[in-house]
Amino acid sequence: MDKTLNQKAWFLVLPVLVLVAFSAVLPVMTVVNYSVQDTFGNNKFFWAGLEWYAEMLQSERMWDALVRQLMFSGIILAIEVPLGIFVALHMPKSGFWSSFCLVLMSLPLLIPWNVVGTIWQIFGRVDIGLLGYTLDLLGIEYNYTQDIFSAWATIIVMDVWHWTSLVALLAFAGLKSIPDAYYQAAKIDQASRWNVFRYIELPKMMGVLMIAILLRFMDSFMIYTEPFVVTGGGPGNATTLLSIDLVKMALGQFDLGPAAAFSIMYYLVILTISYVFYTVMTAMDKKEG
Amino acid sequence: MDWMAWTWPTAAFFIIIVTTLVIFSVLAVKFPETPRKGVLGMETTRGDRLFITLLGSAFINLAWLGVVSVNQPYALAVCIAYALVVFRWV
Repeated sequence: MDKTLNQKAWFLVLPVLVLVAFSAVLPVMTVVNYSVQDTFGNNKFFWAGLEWYAEMLQSERMWDALVRQLMFSGIILAIEVPLGIFVALHMPKSGFWSSFCLVLMSLPLLIPWNVVGTIWQIFGRVDIGLLGYTLDLLGIEYNYTQDIFSAWATIIVMDVWHWTSLVALLAFAGLKSIPDAYYQAAKIDQASRWNVFRYIELPKMMGVLMIAILLRFMDSFMIYTEPFVVTGGGPGNATTLLSIDLVKMALGQFDLGPAAAFSIMYYLVILTISYVFYTVMTAMDKKEG
Repeated sequence: MDWMAWTWPTAAFFIIIVTTLVIFSVLAVKFPETPRKGVLGMETTRGDRLFITLLGSAFINLAWLGVVSVNQPYALAVCIAYALVVFRWV
């Protein structure tokens, strides 16, 4: 590349910057200010330096929540991405049934988080919920309020139910954009179904899939409402993910300082991962374009 | 500004970051550059390298606090070394 970038265009982004300043930058600055101070309410603050950061870094509670969070995001990505691709590959490509599938798939995406939580909370109950009752009848030990495995299974299945459609819809959009000529060429070469997928469909879907993975990762990494409504972070602390722990600390215990330090570290992790994804995505765009 | 609970150290911290951003913005306009590929195999501009430096420095400071936990200012020296490496080779 021999052309230099015209960086002046960035000034056109200034209005957005002002908006973001009020919705994001100022709040983050406030959190940074909180993270180095202690308060007992009344808007009176006392200097604490890096104490909270040190405390949080040694805190087993935070590391445990982080491990649980990474496990949760990892598991749902490992299920939702392949499942989404699988669904997209088997959706009708055109006609009435294609539209029907698209509408059907969008339904879970339209339901508010707390409603999804409530649906699954009731669905999983052994006394009145269809899922819990059926599993109980089949003699399967299932109780998401007491059993760790049940609780995890419930929040994972719930997330898969809620968000696989998003991956499927994005993958479907990617598939639709592949010109017929590619398939015809593959047919002439007598490519197997697997080779068509591996060398035509997957590379062409990669762009949208990266977006799907990024969106699902970020969303699941920040997830709060659904697991909170279903399990409340229990049994014990078994499903206390990062944001649930954070809210408990900041609003439940009103430990603003440690919670702020925790938030900043949480934010740094998210920022890093987003940057990596962003870089990979732009690099891929360049390669294609 | 009371609600933001400002302190001098945090104010200084943000002033330094904002000043750096302004300086780099002016540099980017005055001296446009070609993105280059470094050891990470991705194209970076000065701005990208600054971002990687700042983000990395945050982690270096946290790591120092968590592992060494005394003499925090020395972490800054590590950050400067890191910044030099990033600006030279990334």
